[in-house]
Amino acid sequence: MESNKVYVDVTAEFSKEGVLTPKSFRWTDGSVYEIQKIKDIRRAASLKAGGVGMRYTCVVNGRDSYLYYEDNNMWFMERAGA
Amino acid sequence: MSGRVILHSDINCCYAAIEHLHHPELNGKPLAVGGDPESRHGIVLTADYIAKKYGVKTGMALWQAKQLCPEINFVSPRMDLYLRFSRMAHEIYAEYTDLQEAYGIDESWLDVTDSATIKGDGYTIAKEISNRMKSELGITVSIGVSFNKIFAKLGSDYKKPDAITTMYTDEFQTKAWNLPVGDLLYVGRSTNHKLAKIGIRTIGDLARTDEAILVSQLGKMGSVLWAFANGYDDSPVRKENTHAPIRSVGNSTTTHRDLLNDEDVKIIIYVLAESVAARLRENGFRCRVVEISIRDKDLFSFSRQRKISNATNITEEIAVEAYKLFKESYDWRKPIRSVGVRGADLVNDNYWEQIDLFCDFQMREKHMKMDAAVDDIRRRFGFYSIQRGLMFQDKVLSAVNAKEDHTVHPHGYFNQ
Repeated sequence: MESNKVYVDVTAEFSKEGVLTPKSFRWTDGSVYEIQKIKDIRRAASLKAGGVGMRYTCVVNGRDSYLYYEDNNMWFMERAGA
Repeated sequence: MSGRVILHSDINCCYAAIEHLHHPELNGKPLAVGGDPESRHGIVLTADYIAKKYGVKTGMALWQAKQLCPEINFVSPRMDLYLRFSRMAHEIYAEYTDLQEAYGIDESWLDVTDSATIKGDGYTIAKEISNRMKSELGITVSIGVSFNKIFAKLGSDYKKPDAITTMYTDEFQTKAWNLPVGDLLYVGRSTNHKLAKIGIRTIGDLARTDEAILVSQLGKMGSVLWAFANGYDDSPVRKENTHAPIRSVGNSTTTHRDLLNDEDVKIIIYVLAESVAARLRENGFRCRVVEISIRDKDLFSFSRQRKISNATNITEEIAVEAYKLFKESYDWRKPIRSVGVRGADLVNDNYWEQIDLFCDFQMREKHMKMDAAVDDIRRRFGFYSIQRGLMFQDKVLSAVNAKEDHTVHPHGYFNQ
């Protein structure tokens, strides 16, 4: 079975205040998606993907999607339709 | 001490819940954490609620669990992951009080008396904590709300999973007193048996019995239990300070061939000490007792332990002490099958101690730096990227998997 936890490459920015902001990510098919806006940042569990991390609610192409930053310094997303 | 608001929060099936979260494909299927499923030995550390329904219990051999519940899925324990979750849970608790006392890895007492004016009453705080655990960590807790620690713990055991039970002053006689006396902290099998002999079956029975009779039967403990049952426990929630949430970190291994001489044992002791010390460092713990366990080829086993002068997580110090213990206690009558090294009596990074005038502080500093460097190299380039010269004496022997056997012991109530 294909895992619903998808690790992605992320380009992010550190502000001089120390705030980490993801700017874009590369999905499994290779296409890069720009993150237009981040609406919310909080720690949350993903029951679909199976994991815990800081959850960034990102607006991508006008739609909300979750990007998680795990404490192993890896970023993951939930596979759509999972 | 009346008017306190004490919570006891207990993560439901802690290890199993965390594994369920990380294995969404096992959702709705029975799961148990334990041993090494491949090698057929080992015991169940935690079973989830589905497996428990089939009668699977903690401490059972894996094959017994399989007999009771053929559909069961076993996963190997990942202690470090559970400790990470434990830390995250403590971070959540810490937003409600600075008075928290860990009881094992998955239970905590919180004194939220002073938060009540800001955050609401005990039940409201418990509700909020419970919701946050669910959304932020993906696990459920049972919380007991009461005016002392003993009844708070009874409350968290009262209903599971994912429940909040209050045991207030006007409630404990109806709720707690109907429970079997064995539910009370510190009534184990033997005490339970003694109490049953004098007709005490429930906590209420215990509370109504004359204290002197209990003392005559159970000694000093009789008095303590009587006070517990009547709600007179006023022990404070200890501010979290120097105690690690677990009692010991140990590794043991059964080698692929019997060990025949000191050199063999030395290799294994260093492999194990490296793993034990690395895990202590990873979690910010130091140990004050080093223990070894030895099993010979006829399966006769023994263990020896010793208190060391300074709390340590230095590989070299643990290994040297363990080897010394071994040399003192074994006469090589028989070859050895399995060896274990354990660091016990753990303290955390806040622990301070008097430095011995004669201890070589600079040397310790150097060892700490070396260990940190090795940890860093291994983190970046893998475990085998850097090895001690000793390991090359016998490359097959030194390649054992030292993270094989994890055991974690919670603290007792009194000896913290």
